Order: sequence, then structure tokens, then C-alpha cells
Amino acid sequence: MTNLFNYIERKSAIHNLTGATKLVCLMLWSFAAMGTYDTRYLAVLALISMGLFKLGHIHIKDVSFMLGFTLVFLVLNTILVYLFSPQHGTEIYGTTTYLFGLEGYYAPTAEQLFYHLNYWLKYFATLPIILLFVCTTNPSEFAASLNRIGISYSVAYAVALALRYIPDVQHQYYEISKASQARGVEMSKKESLVRRLKAASAILVPLILTSMSRIETVSNAMELRGFGKNKKRTWYMARPFKIWDYLAMIGCGILLIITLFLNHVNGGRFYNPFI
Amino acid sequence: MKKIPVTKIVAIGIGAALFFFLGRFVAIPSPVPNTNISIQYGLLAALAAIFGPVVGILAGLIGHFFIDFSFGWGVWWSWVIASAVFGLICGCATRSLKINEGEFGPKGLVIFNGGQMLAHAIAWIVVAPVLDILMYAEPANKVFLQGVVSAIVNIVTTAIVGTILCIAYSKAIPKTGSLKEED
Repeated sequence: MTNLFNYIERKSAIHNLTGATKLVCLMLWSFAAMGTYDTRYLAVLALISMGLFKLGHIHIKDVSFMLGFTLVFLVLNTILVYLFSPQHGTEIYGTTTYLFGLEGYYAPTAEQLFYHLNYWLKYFATLPIILLFVCTTNPSEFAASLNRIGISYSVAYAVALALRYIPDVQHQYYEISKASQARGVEMSKKESLVRRLKAASAILVPLILTSMSRIETVSNAMELRGFGKNKKRTWYMARPFKIWDYLAMIGCGILLIITLFLNHVNGGRFYNPFI
Repeated sequence: MKKIPVTKIVAIGIGAALFFFLGRFVAIPSPVPNTNISIQYGLLAALAAIFGPVVGILAGLIGHFFIDFSFGWGVWWSWVIASAVFGLICGCATRSLKINEGEFGPKGLVIFNGGQMLAHAIAWIVVAPVLDILMYAEPANKVFLQGVVSAIVNIVTTAIVGTILCIAYSKAIPKTGSLKEED
């Protein structure tokens, strides 16, 4: 079981950027990739993002669990989209080109396959960046950076706490779940839906109760140290901006502008090679 | 800005971690494609009822943000905001409850479930589809249908999971005045 939010400490250009920069870049990048369905641009973004992945010195095996999970999800989603609307591509691109001499509702069309290609490209354009952000951003620094872009420090601290406790909750859940399974609580597909929900609740109750007592412990500890007494708070992990931070943000800003420009040129989010 | 008490800040943080974990790993697949049965809303409703609307909003916002984030499909702000709205309404509707003092009787049950139904209805049938249309220009009938389906599924799930959590939590705390002096 790999932890999802495991920050990987390495020396790289990406690690050297501040958390605030990475957050801003990530947002700009996601908007740029979400805003377009232009195949050519998505392919370029996917290539750049994979290049950045290399630059961040993150290896595939570091993220294999999450990558595998997302790939399974992606394959399932593709199949479902095809099953439920095999004509989706036709609707988007406005033409119908049947392939392999087949015809009918479920017959493969060039438009549908092209739509799926775009869909996959979109994932490959955003996924490496998100993984990169997750792997190269120290959670504590991330919270510090939230504070820097104008969010109140209590909220920034809550974010830091969330990041800090996700692995703990995960660990605790598996412990409780194993213990419950040993006592005969069934959560697999063999049970009916309502019984599975009940089984989930049976694991949840101890999880929530321990979390509640943890909330009490942690908040007592924070209160004893005088958290929230002052208007401002300095962050141990905060770092000053350097030239590369500005360059990275400008670069991602340009990517977003290109998206907007392409949407204007293509007259919509889709690049249509069928007309 | 009004100061948030330390307990609430910690509740937001750990609540968001729980919300994230449940939404990310404990998703029970439903017969309807692309929608999981999200037990995390049961948790969020219970948290909002125990700690109030501020915790509801922020735990929903942060938790959902991280879920979308880690799934790698980009952040769907419309649904993230809908989660926050759900937490807000749940917290406001259940203000009169005193789960913290160990009280959760039949009346509490009705208030809690009424609140969560209202909150789910507003979040998924009004907020999420409208934002989807505004932000992503999706076809209206599709998003409203999605909204209605998820509202119904979520209401049922929250009614089961949330209620069980509230009862369990209220039972775990000694009621105020439950101790009597010995004669």
C-alpha cells in the first residue's frame, strides 16, 4: 500500500520552486488543459508534462500505484462512455464516418475514436503534472503557500492538517477493516447494497470515534502552544520567490493564453479535422 | 475575519482527511455508471451537525478538492463547491442539535435527516448543475438528470451512514447531567 500524498524528497529544479508557484502553475495548467479539446495542443501539453516529470526526478515506480489506479479508471470510463453514447463523437464533430464497413448505433466511427483519443490525451496532459505536484510539494510548504496567496492562516493550517492526517486515517482504516473482516463483516460485492452500506458504517464508527478523540488531542496540543493567538504566523517552510518561480508562472500563464487563443481560432473547444 | 476556534480548525483538517479517504478509497460502485455511492457525505453531514457550518464548508471543500486532485481528472470546481454548499446547509439546518452533549433522540433524527435531505437537494439539483452549465457549458438535461440521481443516492446513503454515525457519537459521550450525586 503506497501512501498517496507521499512527498518525495529529491534535488531537482521542480523541487526548488516554492509551493505557491507550484500551486499557481498547477491551476493555470489545469485550466489550460481543461479548457481545450484541441488534439494538437493536448499532445504538446502531454509531451511537455512528461518532460517536466523527468525534470522533477520522479520515477514511474514512485507513482505506479496511483498511475495504475487511474489507468483502470480511465479504461473503465472509456468503455462506459462508448456503451452509453457511441455517437458522442458524431454529435460533437457533426459528421459520421463509419469504419471497417460496419453500420449501426454501436458501429465504430472515426469521430468517436477521435473523441476518445482526445479524452485520453487530456488525461496524459494533466496527470503527470498533478502527480508531479503531489510528489514534489512538501505538504507543510503547500499550506504555507496557501497563506501566502491570501488565505487566512487558520484555514491554511487546516489544509496542512488534512494532508498530514490522510496517511494516518488510511492506516487506521485498514487496521479496523482487517479486524472487522476477521470478525465476519462482509464488504465485497457478494453482499447486497444495503448490507454493504451497513458494513461500511460498522467500520466507520470506530474510525470516526478514534478520529474524534484525535481531534481533541491535537486541538488541546495546539491550544497549549497558543495557536491562533496572533494575527500573523510565520511558516517554517516558507521560502522566498526566485527568478525561476516567476518564469514558471509566466510560462504556465502563456499556456493558458494559448488555450484561449486556440478556442477562439477553432471557434469552440474542439479541434475538428472532419470538416 | 472572525477567528475560528482551534478545535474547529483541527476538525476541518481531520474531517477533510476522512472525507478524502472515504471518497477516494472506500467508494462503493453503484449500478449507475460513473457514480459511486459516496459514504463520505454521511460523514460530512455528521461533522457539520457536530461542529457547525464552518467545519462543514471547509471540510467539504478541502476534502473534495483533494479527491478530484488525486483522481487526476482535474478539479471539477462546480462539484467541489456543491460539496461545500452541502456542508454549509447541513451545518446551518442542524444548529439546534446538541450531539456534543450526548443528545440525539428521535427529534434529533428528524432534524438531522430533514437537514441533510434539503442540503443534498440544493447542492446537487441546484448548485452543481447550474455551475456545470455556467462553467463547462454542458447540456442542461444531462446535468440535471445527473443531479437528481446523485441527490437521491446521496440522501439514502447519508440517511443510513450519517444517522448511524450521529447515534454512535452521541452514545460515546456522557450526557450532561448524567452523573448523580450519591445519597
